[in-house]
Amino acid sequence: MAKPQNQRLIVSTTTSLYETGLLDVLETEFEKKHSSIDVAFLSQGTGLAIQTAMRGDADMILVHDPARELKFLQDGYGVNRKVIAYNFFVIVGPKEDPVGINGLSPVQALTKIKGAGKNGSVEWVSRGDDSGTHTKEKRLWTAGGFSVSDLREKSWYLEAGQGMTATLKLTDEKLAYTLCDLGSYLNNYKKGNIQLEVLVEEGEDTLNVYSAIANNPKHFDLSGTSFNASIRFLDFLISEETQEILADFGNEEFDSPLFNPYIPLLASGSNPEMLQWIQELAYFDGTECPQECRYQEGDLYR
Amino acid sequence: MFDTIMAALGEAFHLIISGNHEVYSIVWRSLGVSGLATLLACLWGIPIAIALGLYSFPGKKLLMSLSNAFLGIPTVALGLLLFLLWSQSGPLGFMSLLYTPIGIAIGQSILITPILVSFTSSALNSTDVEMSDLAKTLGASTFQTNFAIIREALWAILLAVTASFSRAFAELGVAMMVGGNIRNVTRVLTTFIALETAKGEIAFSLALGIILMAIILSITLLLNYCRRE
Repeated sequence: MAKPQNQRLIVSTTTSLYETGLLDVLETEFEKKHSSIDVAFLSQGTGLAIQTAMRGDADMILVHDPARELKFLQDGYGVNRKVIAYNFFVIVGPKEDPVGINGLSPVQALTKIKGAGKNGSVEWVSRGDDSGTHTKEKRLWTAGGFSVSDLREKSWYLEAGQGMTATLKLTDEKLAYTLCDLGSYLNNYKKGNIQLEVLVEEGEDTLNVYSAIANNPKHFDLSGTSFNASIRFLDFLISEETQEILADFGNEEFDSPLFNPYIPLLASGSNPEMLQWIQELAYFDGTECPQECRYQEGDLYR
Repeated sequence: MFDTIMAALGEAFHLIISGNHEVYSIVWRSLGVSGLATLLACLWGIPIAIALGLYSFPGKKLLMSLSNAFLGIPTVALGLLLFLLWSQSGPLGFMSLLYTPIGIAIGQSILITPILVSFTSSALNSTDVEMSDLAKTLGASTFQTNFAIIREALWAILLAVTASFSRAFAELGVAMMVGGNIRNVTRVLTTFIALETAKGEIAFSLALGIILMAIILSITLLLNYCRRE
């Protein structure tokens, strides 16, 4: 049980972050440093996570959907957005790859899958749950010139309506294809839950960027302590130590990191192409957080 | 399939023996939350059941139908309703019950009230027919008769209470929606199972399911044993 005198910081977050176990590690580290704050994570999927924060039932969000994040900021619900980490979505499918998408670009791969689906030879599984992954999938179809509302009518387009693990298992059973974040894929592959293989690898189109945003204390009439706690958590997320934890997380278990820290990439300038991709996807007019959406930001943007 | 189940049985046994701290604290929290829910439900459910089982009053039929209809209330729907009521932007947000164990307990107590009322009142009803004539011929007052009926139906009532507790203990929807499955705060057995399944820990989830069933089975067996004694 939480000690009652402690400040509770509720972070609503996406399932893909939570289910890997990363956030439990961060929680422990953070509470070691700030013993008066209890961090509580609500693992909900980006759509619901943002709604929970909009209702005032969470103090901050940790999500991966830049367009909806911008709206959250502009509508006055959130302040002080920070880009924290990134990884990639991949398209996974049966080892035999009956459609032959191996090595194609995401849009080419989807075009081929759609063709094969029409012939009734293969199925595509969508998350169908309004999560960040689902949004990304819809954007990829749209980029290929397909209408998602038309696709939903097709018998080869299945909507799981569940989290990533359940969707992967469904895809595996059906020998179908789906879009998945690399972390969830590795997590399930190494546990032997699925036999699916990564067929379309990382590229600019499949970039996945995680950001944190604090609830706007002016909008929610928040107590100062709860806003302070979220600023401390933001500080913690972008600190060198936490970014190192991010870089190492999963190395041991999966032989590959599940997430890439953003702050060192920004500071070192060692990979300008990647930096450009991230800023094209997840920056708004050249900034991760517009000036008017910052509040008592302290050193966050220095 | 068979391998997974065997692995889960082994895992369940191991979890119980090794005294896994996280699992134990979650089991205790689940027992506490659902125990409180059952107590709360008894507080108002048993008086209602006595009224329904032993007395006649206007609106009795309606109340019985309502109670029977709500036996099958979807737990997620109830959870969602309470979530909206208790949300910071909802009408009862000031009560600060969202994401608390007390909140889950109140939600579960609402969930199991119809079960408790239906089972208890029908137990009293069936005892009533046999007992009341006998008691009256022996010169008992109405109060004494009813008291005798309740005493006679005690085991059936205890069974209703146990069934209600099992329902609360094993439900997922209310605990997930109202509690939010927050580690160390509102994570109970069922939300833990849902999370571990979502994480792909299939054998571990199944092991937790086995522990849940074992607890419910033990309570039922204990009750049966006490009854025979």
